[in-house]
Amino acid sequence: MAARALAVSAALALAFLTLGPVAVVLARAGGFATLGPGDWQAVRFTLWQALLSASFSVVLAVPVAKALARRRFVGRALLVTLLGAPFILPVIVAVMGLIAVFGQAGLVNAGLTALGLPTIDIYGVHGVVLAHVFFNLPLAVRMLFSAWQAVPAEHFRLAASLGLGVQAQWRVIDGPLMVRVLPGAFTVIFVICLTSFAVALTLGGGPRATTVELAIYQAMRFEFDLGRAAALAVLQLALALAAGLVALRVSGQSGFGAGRDREVPRWDGQGALPRLWDGAWILLAALFLLVPLLTAVMRGVPGLLLLGPDTLRAAGHSLMVALGSTALCMAWALPLASRRGELLALPAIAISPLVLGTGLFLIVRPFMNPFDMALPVTGLVNALMALPFALRILRPEAETVVRDYGRLRTTLRMTPLAWLRLVWLPRLRRPMGFAAGLTAALAMGDLGVIALFADPDRTTLPLQVYRLMGSYQMEAAAGAALLLLMLSLSLFWLFDRGGRVNAAT
Amino acid sequence: MRSLTFTVAAGCLSAGLAMAETPVLTVYAPDYFVSEWGPGPKIEELFEARCACDLQFKPGDLLPRILLEGDRTEADVVIGLNTDVTKKARESGLFAPHGVDLSPLTLPLEWTDEVFLPFNYGHTAFVYDTTRIDTPPASFDALLDAPDDLRLVIQDPRSSISGLALVLWVQAVYGDGAEAAWDKLAPKIVTATKGWSESYGMFTDGEVDMVLSYTTSPAYHIIAEGDETKKAAIFPEGHYFMVELAAKLAGTDQPELADQFMSFVLSEDFQGMIATGNWSIPAALSQDKWPEGFQKLDLPEKVLFYTEDEAAELRAEAVEAWRRALSR
Repeated sequence: MAARALAVSAALALAFLTLGPVAVVLARAGGFATLGPGDWQAVRFTLWQALLSASFSVVLAVPVAKALARRRFVGRALLVTLLGAPFILPVIVAVMGLIAVFGQAGLVNAGLTALGLPTIDIYGVHGVVLAHVFFNLPLAVRMLFSAWQAVPAEHFRLAASLGLGVQAQWRVIDGPLMVRVLPGAFTVIFVICLTSFAVALTLGGGPRATTVELAIYQAMRFEFDLGRAAALAVLQLALALAAGLVALRVSGQSGFGAGRDREVPRWDGQGALPRLWDGAWILLAALFLLVPLLTAVMRGVPGLLLLGPDTLRAAGHSLMVALGSTALCMAWALPLASRRGELLALPAIAISPLVLGTGLFLIVRPFMNPFDMALPVTGLVNALMALPFALRILRPEAETVVRDYGRLRTTLRMTPLAWLRLVWLPRLRRPMGFAAGLTAALAMGDLGVIALFADPDRTTLPLQVYRLMGSYQMEAAAGAALLLLMLSLSLFWLFDRGGRVNAAT
Repeated sequence: MRSLTFTVAAGCLSAGLAMAETPVLTVYAPDYFVSEWGPGPKIEELFEARCACDLQFKPGDLLPRILLEGDRTEADVVIGLNTDVTKKARESGLFAPHGVDLSPLTLPLEWTDEVFLPFNYGHTAFVYDTTRIDTPPASFDALLDAPDDLRLVIQDPRSSISGLALVLWVQAVYGDGAEAAWDKLAPKIVTATKGWSESYGMFTDGEVDMVLSYTTSPAYHIIAEGDETKKAAIFPEGHYFMVELAAKLAGTDQPELADQFMSFVLSEDFQGMIATGNWSIPAALSQDKWPEGFQKLDLPEKVLFYTEDEAAELRAEAVEAWRRALSR
């Protein structure tokens, strides 16, 4: 009963925080405004690029995750952590890194020119998709990788002793696993790409690549047309919910049953050809994801020396926000780790940060000074935005635990506390570590709602990066961005590692 | 319980008294103002030296926030508004006349606005690197006719003030031919970024040949980096005027301090600092008093500008022409 009450209150808080701000903005505007032809062009482009980006991310993730799951090599754990980095990079840093690699003056074109080949042009829809795959491939890889890790070792052993071929193993183990994980991963990435804005503009090559979020930005900050902003925000939410419902229908529920938690030795894919195949995929993914990252690091190193006390203070605030968001998000996610909870949380990624910020500003203002609430609100909103990711990671594992050990609980008449302590938390440790790391890193890098709540004494690090750029301090900004990257990755690594203590992988 | 109440009340009272001793002037400013590299800290230092008050900046969105707060806004003064929002701001009735004598202004055009007070200005311009471009386009026409491998980056007029100024600039130069001008410009435009920072970053990284920025941008490189290779291409057709403004809130609870701040904006102290503080041309300072790096700037002879009513009328169609041409 208590668990149910907890789940219901978590769900209510979630609904209030996603729908409340939109409703408040709408009330203030006095109703929806009608949308123009430019807006519908933006909707079409937004859907199209999100569809492409999510498809590529998910399809490419399959061979990469499979290779990572069945190969053992030195530095594998480090590589798995580093491959997650693009997802948590601040947008502007990632875009600059991508341009340094794929841009006109980038590494790829330098190589092509040296070989006498025609150069490539990154700007256009393909550039937008490339950037989104860069951001989201790591997420898809990690989700699949974790699912493969969670398959009990007994299954692979059985498959090996039965002498199952590639196709048979695919039908019995890999296929069902895909059906369980891919629709959810696709949906989350699709919804992330729905709200893309700065990436699409910078790499999209102009107004052809207009997204709904840009139209919201324009309505909100340029024209102060709250009715139009609210209408667009609701449209964005509806698209996300529709995507979520489709995914829910498609995704299968099959689990693999309980195992004895042994390290998973793999007998499949031992031939030369599969080794080469896996090696090529790992190498390609590492190059694609790590080289732009490396350019961001190289660019930032000289700037590290230019960082003043303001930047260091901002880093402190960002750390505080990140840790607060993580604690809140975990406490929020555990009671909601169910199908319904996940669907309910999905709109949280699709809600425009601008509308969310404005709505919260209007809600908070009658009671207290919004400026004093800058950091708590940022923390809260970041927890909210990370919730869908946390649930995507936790939910399949949480359901598996209930399915596999539920009977045990009934047989032993475990108290809720004992269940939590002996089964639930230990079994969820790995996904929780991953989810917490992701939340912390996302909260570090988020710029989100702070525009209306800014306080000069409580700047966060991403905001400081933009401020430095706005004052021509490009080098210092690159240094601050590198600091941000290091802090985000460290937090991610600490939590993720914490979840994998005692595990061989 | 009673003693606790008393302590709390006494605490509030003494906090209130402390407040009464040093009055606070709350100034809303754009985000970049308050960083250690922005003009905010210097403004605060100079003004506090003469007012016996506490100047507090609240950075972030300016007009959207004030419109949301309405007449309950905490702001006494707002600094850093642009001309694209003055019409909306004026119509809100939230701002009061500044009451400052405008005769010291040294703007390249006449300014008679009684509410919005200019403190620095510049012009839109395409900035290039002399080590990469020997002969920049000598006019806007020449830019349109330049080979298509000249790589430009601009800002989106729907999300950026400088992007909007560019659209009005093209409108002012080409009038009914604006869309045709955009058609000729389109193949050269690599992309339109969300804001100025992304564009300028692409330029300094060598990704593009020219960036839409300001006539004053080279001054930063000259003064702060000793680098004279960044220049603004000057076009005889004229350049669009971009000015930053300060205004006093009608509902301020510190009217004297706010007035004092408004006259401080045109004082020599403020004007002498703002050139290198905000990398823009002071609004009320004769050219011989500008920092040396600014005296070296190439500046346009002809300045283009739409009043807020003209701009409001043209804006939607000008942005739409831009969108149509660049979507083809």
